[in-house]
Amino acid sequence: MDALPAHMRPERSFQGLILTLQRYWADYGCVILQPYDMEVGAGTFHPATTLRALGPKPWNAAYVQPSRRPKDGRYGENPNRLQHYYQFQVILKPSPGDIQELYLKSLAAIGIDSHLHDIRFVEDDWESPTLGAWGLGWECWCDGMEVSQFTYFQQVAGVECAPVSGELTYGLERLACYLQGVDSIMDLNFNGREGAEKVSYRDVFFQAEQEYSRHNFEYADTAMLFEQFKMAENACRKYLEAGWRNGGNQKEHLMALPAYDQCIKASHAFNLLDARGVISVTERQSYILRVRELAKACGEAWVHTETGRAG
Amino acid sequence: MPDLLLELFSEEIPARMQAKAADDLRRMVTDKLVAEGLVYEGAKAFATPRRLALTVHGIPPRQADLKDERKGPRVGGPEAAIAGFLKATGLSSIEEAQIQRDPKKGDFYIALIEKPGRATIDVLAEILPVIIRTFPWPKSMRWGARSAKSGSLSWVRPLHAITCTFGLETEEPDVVKFNVDGIETGQTTFGHRFMAPQAISVRRFEDYEAKLLEANVVLDAERRKDAIVTDARTLAQAQNFELVEDQALSDEVSGLVEWPVVLMGSFDKEFLSIPGEVIRATIRNNQKCFVVRDPATDKLANKFVLTANIEASDGGKAIVDGNERVIRARLSDAKFFYESDLKTKLEDRLPKFDQIVFHEKLGTQGERIKRIERLAAEIAPLVDADVEKTKRAARLAKADLLTEVVGEFPELQGLMGKYYALAQGEDASVAAASEEHYKPQGPNDRVPTDPVSVAVALADKIDTLVGFWAIDEKPTGSKDPYALRRAALGVIRLIVENKLRLHLLQMTAAANGGRPTNGGQLATDLLSFFADRLKVQLREQGARHDLVDAVFALEGQDDLLMVVRRVEALGKFLDSDDGKNLLAGTKRASNILSIEEKKDKRSFDGAPDAALYRLDEEKALAKAIDQVKRDAGAAVAKEDFAAAMSAMAKLRPAVDAFFDKVKVNDDDPKVRENRLKLLNEIRAATRAVADFSKVEG
Repeated sequence: MDALPAHMRPERSFQGLILTLQRYWADYGCVILQPYDMEVGAGTFHPATTLRALGPKPWNAAYVQPSRRPKDGRYGENPNRLQHYYQFQVILKPSPGDIQELYLKSLAAIGIDSHLHDIRFVEDDWESPTLGAWGLGWECWCDGMEVSQFTYFQQVAGVECAPVSGELTYGLERLACYLQGVDSIMDLNFNGREGAEKVSYRDVFFQAEQEYSRHNFEYADTAMLFEQFKMAENACRKYLEAGWRNGGNQKEHLMALPAYDQCIKASHAFNLLDARGVISVTERQSYILRVRELAKACGEAWVHTETGRAG
Repeated sequence: MPDLLLELFSEEIPARMQAKAADDLRRMVTDKLVAEGLVYEGAKAFATPRRLALTVHGIPPRQADLKDERKGPRVGGPEAAIAGFLKATGLSSIEEAQIQRDPKKGDFYIALIEKPGRATIDVLAEILPVIIRTFPWPKSMRWGARSAKSGSLSWVRPLHAITCTFGLETEEPDVVKFNVDGIETGQTTFGHRFMAPQAISVRRFEDYEAKLLEANVVLDAERRKDAIVTDARTLAQAQNFELVEDQALSDEVSGLVEWPVVLMGSFDKEFLSIPGEVIRATIRNNQKCFVVRDPATDKLANKFVLTANIEASDGGKAIVDGNERVIRARLSDAKFFYESDLKTKLEDRLPKFDQIVFHEKLGTQGERIKRIERLAAEIAPLVDADVEKTKRAARLAKADLLTEVVGEFPELQGLMGKYYALAQGEDASVAAASEEHYKPQGPNDRVPTDPVSVAVALADKIDTLVGFWAIDEKPTGSKDPYALRRAALGVIRLIVENKLRLHLLQMTAAANGGRPTNGGQLATDLLSFFADRLKVQLREQGARHDLVDAVFALEGQDDLLMVVRRVEALGKFLDSDDGKNLLAGTKRASNILSIEEKKDKRSFDGAPDAALYRLDEEKALAKAIDQVKRDAGAAVAKEDFAAAMSAMAKLRPAVDAFFDKVKVNDDDPKVRENRLKLLNEIRAATRAVADFSKVEG
């Protein structure tokens, strides 16, 4: 840590926090990926987690994922709610025996001293109805604040995980607020510089929060979104169907990833429609089910691909 | 005798599961020991966030040898029978069997089979892995590389180590050797995650518990809880405050820490403008912290008490700072919710209920609220409540369900309604009904007494019951998803404890409005549900359930207060000698009647003919019955059931004398019929208060 210049230190710089976490997990042996280039609601949606959690082959990866939750937009006015924020995601398959220690060391790396702070693992079972996924784990507390989610995946996309992956999700903005000692996300120091050189989270994202909140709640084109949902759903099914090959005795799939992209698209269209308030309570359930059916079909396809299957 | 120590060391076990898990572990291991013939002296189980532990002391070192005598075929019996006997008993030849002499039936073979007892440590090594593999966690999971294979161990969270020793106090104990999915038993455990993470070698329970304590782990949840509550009280008192005690919270918090360190933090006084219950819910539910109150004002102070799991190197300053920041953010949210709630009048929220489905077969919340309002208005005059206030209260009582604060903290429903109603200037009774109409929530909850609250509470519950009865969603067995039993008990307590005179059949008819009643079946069905609930309620208070049956057996008993009064009077009467004897007489009359009714295939209703009386005892009885009917009837009309009972007591000598001297089945059929009619009159006379034939004994 001594080698780190002040502007890179995780307690002073948002990007410094990200870089420190990347560095830490790269040192552990993770593949450091870049964000998936699509709109997703959480880091779990990245195929590097959803699909790679399936099948027997080992997989260790870490990445930042911008996450969009259209309903959480507050026009930039709420100190800790945004419609676009960053998650830092780690997936370790199979879950190593010392995963809790690895996690605690990552906290040490970003400056959270476990002899000074009260770190706790508090029960929190995770379930994603849209992904057909569930797992058991905790929310990790530091001095009463939830700083991460920790999950042992038991099932993803309707498929039993064998072996089980461990998933860590750091809520970066909240963690950074804690480290920098500020009460509002907008007040975060983004680049770790001071004075005229300082760029705040507000400088980067405030306008975006306002514009997207307007879009998500007031103007998003619902007719188009309904249509997009249907198109993505149809495309997903089409690609899935087209992808099956029967090579030798083994059933094989050749297009799980493009099909899954369409599942992600459908999910995001649904989230926008939900934010616009045009989906009734009963319809809501059926949309979630439709996305889950796509996710399950993609999972089924994935375990018949080169990367997803045994051997 | 030797002792067992077992510890299952894992990642963090959810607080809510710990106590039951400890109990399950103790029960499963000791049950199995007993089933294996190993009777122990005592057992105790413990749980912390990271371990389940069990000590069983005084287990015999070996099972007793088993001796079994097996009777075989007769000496000289068929060869096949002897071969079968040898096979079944494991004897190698018939010479090994003994011969039992039997001069009557002939001699036969006996096999003495001796099964030597096994060493307890071997039995343990066999039963414990099975218990671990079949442990009843409410939710369990797989983990790690082994989860790739089917049949891998499931545990609540990853299990890391198993300590298991067995031996005498005076000797070095043995490790009970077994292996569960790759985890080998040993005698190594670990201390506090941060304060003393190093491995600890343990021998038996006494040094185990002591070494854990040195390693900053308090094994016993009760001790952790006591420490938390005691320290929290002390911290509060030091500042002249008092802790707001919270049993459920102390239970939960003691399951979140192995080494409780209690600290106090504060928040900005401006937040005290929020209702205390909202502050408490925020701090308690989200942060698992206690709140404190100022005994002088009985209001919350701007302090909270947190329980950390560590003695921090700075004495807890950073921990308090961190918690204060989180609580500040949470309270800001709560304050924002509360203040924005205040901007909308409760009645302006009502139209939204028309969009919210209460139950798909029972329409919207909006329709339900209108029904409750209508029914409450009908009940109001019967309970001395102002009709207009009652209607207003019923209309607003549910409105807070749509507020932000109740959305965030559902347990504050009703209470927030009261605050918001007062803030918009509603009448105090109207506002109170928001909170009170949900009561009583159970057998120990307070029953509202304000007539407006009583009327709305009754209307709410009766509407629920009638609605679910109408769509045939009644509770069955342990399933009661709509808490209908609780609603019925609520109605009973509201009526009985407020001494209200209400006719349930009228109420249910009113609640049902114009909907189909299934030929009146709904109302009688529901009434018998009330009768069952009342029975449970009275039984818990020590009354006999058969007395409730005896009263409900009379026609049209839907006035619960009167039912209870009858049961009380009947109970007292039956405790007296007069009561017991009259009951015996009545029963005798009933028995004779039912036999003769069966024989003649007819009943003996109708007045006896005085001209047919032959004996003085008959005449005396007839006179006594007339007298009792008059007196008891008059007493019942005045609702003086005790007096009705005393009147009935006067029947006893005449009944006794009748049975003493009179032969019912006289040879003259006319006399016989008349006497049977007289017996029927006894039964009829006693029905003024209850149907004595339903009384047991």
